[in-house]
Amino acid sequence: MLEQQFVNALSLGCVYALFALGFTLIFGVLGVINLAHGAVFMVGAYAALVVVANLGLPLWAALVAAMLVAGLLGAVIDRLVLKPLRRRNAPHLIPMIATIGVAIVLNNAAQAFFGAGNLRFPFGTVPEGVLTVAGLHVTVIELGIILLSFALMAVLMIVMRRTQFGRALRAIAESPKAAWLLGINVERLFLTTSFAAAALGGVAGVLIGLYANALYPLMGQPMLHKGIAVVILGGMGDIRGAMLGGLFLGFAEVLSVAYVGSTMRDAVAFGLLFLILLVRPQGLFGKVVQRKA
Amino acid sequence: MSGFEDFWAIYGNVVLTLGTNSLLALSIWLTLACGMLAMANAAFMGIGAYAAALLTMNYEASFPVALAGGMVAPALVAALIGLPTLRLSGVYLAMATLGFGEVVRVTILNTESLTGGALGLNGIPQLTQWWHVVLAVVLVLLVLWRVRRSKVGRAFDAIRGDETAAGLMGIDVRSTKMLAFVAGAAIAGLAGALNAHLTFFIGPGEYGFDRGVEILTMAILGGIGGLAGPVIGACILTVLPEALRGFSDFRLVVNGLILVLIVLFLPQGIWDPARFSRWLRKGGRRHA
Amino acid sequence: MLELTSLSKNFGGLHVLHDVGLSVPEGAIFGLIGPNGAGKTTVFNLITGLLAPTSGGIAFQGQDLLRRRPHEITRLGIARTFQNIRLFKEMTLLENVVVGAYRHMDYGYASLLLGLPRYREHEARARERAHELLGWMKLDHKANDLADNLSYGEQRRLELARALATEPRLLLLDEPVAGMNTGERAELMREILAIRERGYTILMIEHDMQFVMGLCERIAVLNFGRIIACGGPQEIRANEQVIEAYLGREDDEQAEQAQ
Repeated sequence: MLEQQFVNALSLGCVYALFALGFTLIFGVLGVINLAHGAVFMVGAYAALVVVANLGLPLWAALVAAMLVAGLLGAVIDRLVLKPLRRRNAPHLIPMIATIGVAIVLNNAAQAFFGAGNLRFPFGTVPEGVLTVAGLHVTVIELGIILLSFALMAVLMIVMRRTQFGRALRAIAESPKAAWLLGINVERLFLTTSFAAAALGGVAGVLIGLYANALYPLMGQPMLHKGIAVVILGGMGDIRGAMLGGLFLGFAEVLSVAYVGSTMRDAVAFGLLFLILLVRPQGLFGKVVQRKA
Repeated sequence: MSGFEDFWAIYGNVVLTLGTNSLLALSIWLTLACGMLAMANAAFMGIGAYAAALLTMNYEASFPVALAGGMVAPALVAALIGLPTLRLSGVYLAMATLGFGEVVRVTILNTESLTGGALGLNGIPQLTQWWHVVLAVVLVLLVLWRVRRSKVGRAFDAIRGDETAAGLMGIDVRSTKMLAFVAGAAIAGLAGALNAHLTFFIGPGEYGFDRGVEILTMAILGGIGGLAGPVIGACILTVLPEALRGFSDFRLVVNGLILVLIVLFLPQGIWDPARFSRWLRKGGRRHA
Repeated sequence: MLELTSLSKNFGGLHVLHDVGLSVPEGAIFGLIGPNGAGKTTVFNLITGLLAPTSGGIAFQGQDLLRRRPHEITRLGIARTFQNIRLFKEMTLLENVVVGAYRHMDYGYASLLLGLPRYREHEARARERAHELLGWMKLDHKANDLADNLSYGEQRRLELARALATEPRLLLLDEPVAGMNTGERAELMREILAIRERGYTILMIEHDMQFVMGLCERIAVLNFGRIIACGGPQEIRANEQVIEAYLGREDDEQAEQAQ
């Protein structure tokens, strides 16, 4: 029973991690708490659904479409909403409020177009079947989620650690002005990061849509709450922290549902969050260093 | 008079909600005035709502007593969590207080015998009259206005400007922040108590993340430079969805769009005394 | 008036101050000098309660300052200006100085809520005093301007006015003339002397040797967290260790001025 929960928890944790990674990237690099990330996640899921259900294309195409559509949306949000605010040197919280507005627009537009009810991926989108890996029963969906997530996380880690691009991003995260003075094209990198972060969110959306077999317009909201909890747990702006935090949350939730009861499920994320903040505000991996201008 | 009665029959609730939303926006203004981004006011509203409702329903308390209970309960909780929480700053404080809000929500969900759990509390006596709300808003505005013009208001401004320097001016930063936090909680609780006795039914879902975000938006949208700002923000966010009813499915989309546009073009909020004085100065020069 | 005894401060493994002791007599103008990074601002931070010492003692007029919070220390009568100027930028000059009078505005909530005479009196008095201090610093004509709009030298004078508004006995000045031109420096020298005449005691950190030598009666020299010399200007000027401390840092200009 416990082993079975392990696979469950791991898959859920992977999705949380992917979502949190996008969220933390935007905070770390752009310095913005992007409350539209949940809506972008939802858009990715619906984009995949349309590709599979209406266009009849296979799942891998849907995943690519989700990444592209969500990524583009993220880029558009950066260009149209976040960039003008940067230009104007808007006070700290204002971009966050703007993303709230964007989320309202997206969530309600989705509701208008797709209706408020649950939608499902067509039967047969993912092959049914249970495999046995290391003595555990794993469904194809779970296996797919775990493999894809780890692959994406590995790619992200390599990019951040080993490439010029990653170094530039880390420089910006520390101090955008200094990075700019070093000749880094900060605006272009903001755009790219917005794209990448949103793409990660979009993929997470598809994966959750498959895992839970349900899509609904407000599906991004609970994810957003948990994403915030994960990112605080792991340290805001910290990639490793988002990954580990996401996995940790997945396990904590599944275990608490199994052993305590499902009503406590949402409390787990926020209960942990609250405690961590009182004891170690910078999260498990964060630094207490304030971001310089 | 019948015209007014008709108006009230349709829009009475909106007007009263406008009042309670104004109280909520003012409650977060207090902490924002100290430079703190504390987003627990939705939770405090919930605590106040439940406390007051339980007092009238289970203990047959009179309305004033229930309202008082609705203010004291969240104030006590704020005093309790304030000390460790207010050590945090910036985004961490925001997230901790948001998290606390969710903790409260889940606590309500899990204390079914007392709070009715997920089903909420039904059948709350509808004791709130329009004049209760008006009186509450006017009193709170008056108190805050006087506080602003006193050393306490100045202490808020100083802490918001530079906490370290403020401390060195002899201001007890920790106590002042606690004051703002606890007072804000009491005002939010009052709003919750009034609201509960208006809507007849309350449930845990109303006091979570979304409400917390809404309260913050009202204040920031309206502008925190003066007391008129939060009230204006509350008006806009209350009235806008109503005014947009004609757009049916798309009205919330338009709501969100308007929010984004206001944020893009008026980042200090709508009521920005600094901007007004700049306009006035520009006007002066033209006539010189 | 102010006694530092065997004061030490470590940050983790980093020893910033070691066994620092000095004594500021009442009514004195006392200078604390030393090469960059010697730990001078840390001493100020310890005195004003922003940091806690690792060991040692601080006493002000016989009262122990350890474990007291900054606002308590200010209320005991110590005020401070900052090296990198910490004004309340969105307030006017007048408001900045009035904040300083905070602890002297002794009225309660009833007074302020109802606008009672006690409230009005204290507020009016604070404003008058603020105008007086601004006038003293030659800033009164700008009383209603935003603090953000001042020139550098004016900002420093405003900080001084604000510090004086707390009615301190001891003034801690952290590099008061940094960034000023010669004329402004001479002016500030006169102002500090005038302040001392009115009964204040002054402890300052400064790099400008001429300023320090011309103004301070007693000087302590801090190097690598230790006091290496303490005495009058002539002694310090001639002190071997002091010269070496500055020369050794290739601080040529300073060494020349010290001689």
